Amino acid sequence: MQRIGVFVCHCGTNIAATVDVKAVAEALSHEPGVVISQDYQYMCSESGQDLVKNAIKEHKLTGVVVCSCSPRMHENTFRKAAASVGLNPYLVEIANIREQCSWIHKDIASATDKAVILGKAAVAKVHLNAPLTAGESPVVKRALVIGGGIAGIQTALDIAEAGFDVDIVEKEPTIGGKMAQIDKTFPTLDCAACILTPKMVEAAQNEHITIHSFSEVSDVKGFVGNFTVTIKKKARYVDETKCTGCGLCTEKCPMKKVPNEFNMGLDNRTAVYIPFAQAVPKVATIDPNYCMMLKNGKCGICSKVCSVGAIDYKQTDRFIEQKYGAIVVATGFNPIKPDKYNEFAYSICPDVVTSLELERLMNAAGPNGGTLLRPSDKTHPHTIVFVQCVGSRCDDEKGKPYCSKICCMYTAKHAMLIREKYPDTEVYVFYIDVRTPGKNFDEFYRRAVEQYGVHYIKGMVGKVMPRSDGKIDVQASDLLSNEQLHINADMVVLATAIEPDKTARPLATMLTTQMDTNDFFTEAHPKLRPVESATAGIILSGACQGPKDIPETVAQASAAAAKAIGLLVKNSITCNPCVAHSDELMCNGCSSCEKVCPYGAITYQDKEFRMPDRTTAVRRVASVNPAVCQGCGACTVACPSGAMDLNGFSNSQIMAEVDAICK
Amino acid sequence: MQEAMIKRAKELLADGTVNRVMGWKKGEFAYDITPAVFDTAEELEQDFVCDDLTQANVSKYLIKESRKEGRILAFLKPCDTYSFNQLIKEHRIIRENVYVIGIPGGPKIDVEKIKAKGITGILSVKNEDYTLKIETIYGTETMPFYEAISGKCESCKSKKHVVYDELMGEEGDVLDSNRFDMVEKLENMTAQERYDFWRGELSKCIRCNACRNVCPACTCESCVFDNPASGISQKAAADSFEENMFHIIRAFHVAGRCTDCGECSRVCPQNIPLHLLNRKFIKDINSLYGEYQAGADTTSRAPLTDYKADDCEPSVVHERGAE
Repeated sequence: MQRIGVFVCHCGTNIAATVDVKAVAEALSHEPGVVISQDYQYMCSESGQDLVKNAIKEHKLTGVVVCSCSPRMHENTFRKAAASVGLNPYLVEIANIREQCSWIHKDIASATDKAVILGKAAVAKVHLNAPLTAGESPVVKRALVIGGGIAGIQTALDIAEAGFDVDIVEKEPTIGGKMAQIDKTFPTLDCAACILTPKMVEAAQNEHITIHSFSEVSDVKGFVGNFTVTIKKKARYVDETKCTGCGLCTEKCPMKKVPNEFNMGLDNRTAVYIPFAQAVPKVATIDPNYCMMLKNGKCGICSKVCSVGAIDYKQTDRFIEQKYGAIVVATGFNPIKPDKYNEFAYSICPDVVTSLELERLMNAAGPNGGTLLRPSDKTHPHTIVFVQCVGSRCDDEKGKPYCSKICCMYTAKHAMLIREKYPDTEVYVFYIDVRTPGKNFDEFYRRAVEQYGVHYIKGMVGKVMPRSDGKIDVQASDLLSNEQLHINADMVVLATAIEPDKTARPLATMLTTQMDTNDFFTEAHPKLRPVESATAGIILSGACQGPKDIPETVAQASAAAAKAIGLLVKNSITCNPCVAHSDELMCNGCSSCEKVCPYGAITYQDKEFRMPDRTTAVRRVASVNPAVCQGCGACTVACPSGAMDLNGFSNSQIMAEVDAICK
Repeated sequence: MQEAMIKRAKELLADGTVNRVMGWKKGEFAYDITPAVFDTAEELEQDFVCDDLTQANVSKYLIKESRKEGRILAFLKPCDTYSFNQLIKEHRIIRENVYVIGIPGGPKIDVEKIKAKGITGILSVKNEDYTLKIETIYGTETMPFYEAISGKCESCKSKKHVVYDELMGEEGDVLDSNRFDMVEKLENMTAQERYDFWRGELSKCIRCNACRNVCPACTCESCVFDNPASGISQKAAADSFEENMFHIIRAFHVAGRCTDCGECSRVCPQNIPLHLLNRKFIKDINSLYGEYQAGADTTSRAPLTDYKADDCEPSVVHERGAE
């Protein structure tokens, strides 16, 4: 006979204000098998846990139901408490009467009814609980960082510093990411390349770091501590081990009209190229979309000039497989293309540029060698209009609902740099709000206004019209003085919203992690676990989790590294004993479960069975590797005969819960 | 065709290619053609039948037969080959132990449709130039062939054999069938009309289990309806709701594996159009995941047990919603 204890938590007023906890305890005391039913103010407190422990000892409980918050919060607390007094921790069930009840209901009577029903379901389930023992699985002492921007580089450096091997997978031919394209950094105005390139070199030289550039993650299998990742090394048609980065091929390549993505397409590169001078690894890459040798077999100049014979037109994509204990996602962001905003004339006027394009226009390694010139006629602009929030804080489908966070600061930076270098240039900034929280940030913005005389105007730009004389008519409203303005501008700069990189969503699917509606990765807890994903072993770094500036990105990157190191120092991790198992007598051997298993935990074997008529038959049956199974339950629903079942969440337990709820 | 089949079967028995033959013979009534296994040439001569009334899909029998000693010859109509393939895919039939001869399919005749004309005491049915000549104990009756075509042949999806070792007769093509017309009609009903339709149909069920027993997708070692631990095992028909759930659960169990062979509706003594439940699933799978025909091959991944990054989001199903 089961002896079940029920413990109803008030959670201060969190539960008790909307649920009559005493009534819940009283109602559940009449459920079959329940020998004690109590309520207490804070069940998770030391004295609350003691209440549970004492009851287990005193009443020789065989099962415990705690009606409290989500099991994500305190299931572990009560499991540990039970284990400390000798009750198998998997005989504890949580009824979530806070998140799923008190917090979402206002009416005490109906909330109390629902809490009783949830409690009854948990009691019905615990009747069928079986004691389970957790095994252990080893941790592979190697980390993978996906994305080689400043976030990925910092995370990799910190993990390597702790003595663990770490691989960076970067889809572009070089690491560096967006920061490599930026000219100066706020709020100190130091050169981005000057502070980034030493880190890139450090990453390249660190014996613990392996950089897979021009590579992508193509498959992820396994689970925390034991991921198996397939990395696709895209064909770059250059042998990385031979190329010295001398750049002779890029000089001699006759195909010189390829839009240069590093300079945002504002100038051209050759078909064989090294993205920028400080690229890491400094290895050439051939762009197969433009290379004449690869397209129609005519040319071959690069191969002739290469003194080390690094050019290999026959190279194909290679796949390598590697095991990792932890995976850090650092896939970063991209600015959106503002071409859907016809009012800003971006698609029709070359002098309307995005902020990242402006970075390149002002950069010494940019298309104009660092002199700010209009893209259309290469003349010096005298009036520049900045438009804030292009696609940010936008409620229509063209843009993003969120604030991109970095634009206010970089626009102040641009305005200041232009006024510093070209004092004869008038700079206007149209804004909705100026948002500059952060250390030394507001001071920075005020300097732009007060010291550099940048014209900040609250209001939005309604229309940008390129005129036949080369000027641009900017029509805007000044909301503070309530007037319509016409500004005769030479250039317009759009502070476009940033969005997660497009590779993030398919990656999230491979990693079985969650994303929000904007495709930013969702953290395990928005306040308390901001660098981990909800999937164990998958850690988030940088702007893939939300818009971030460089200091914040680096801070989170180091935090992500700390989480990865915390995992890698362990020799083994405790497995989840709630794994699937198959009833071989019922198994048809149909392979449905094997096909849906995301972890490859199910294999088949031919086994001999004694049949009822005393004959033996060989049947194909499924078996689950408990060290690999993660207890997701996909197999149990795919199995047509119900042969697959999940420890701790068996079909009969779930039916018992449903029956208790529907009674 | 029947004579040619018997001749070929005898040859294969004689040369040792097979040691048994899966075919059909007359049942209790002359028109009641039943699957049967023949061991000898004499048995074949005496009992083997394959005529216009031979509708039964023998694929399911081959699960057990293919596990016996030796090799069995099976005559499969085009629709049966899909079931056969699906069972290969599910590792239920051992392919090496079956020698498949593809035979032409229907249209076959449904004797129930003859009986519905008030013709009883049937002794034999002959198709003479698309007129059925029906000998009965009361005399000879005639009716047009097309009025007696079996329901499953009316919406035939394919005349092509997807698997065979040898072929008798001419090979056909996959057809552009009208099989989803009725499903569409049901989809266009209001929720209440649809509910009434299905309550009306399913409440006729006498829970004889014929649909389950004949279904080539229902091959579990232990059926959930026979397993007391499943929580949905066979109970007395306490109320008609039980019957509704039986068929709906069954439709879910065969979803993505049903080849639309039509056997369930054919054998239903209450004439419940059970195939419509399966066809609704097939139509949904086609529209949500792209065209998929269960049993068309033995290697492709079935959409419901596969994941592709461009699979529809569950919300798509939700958004289509019922009123």
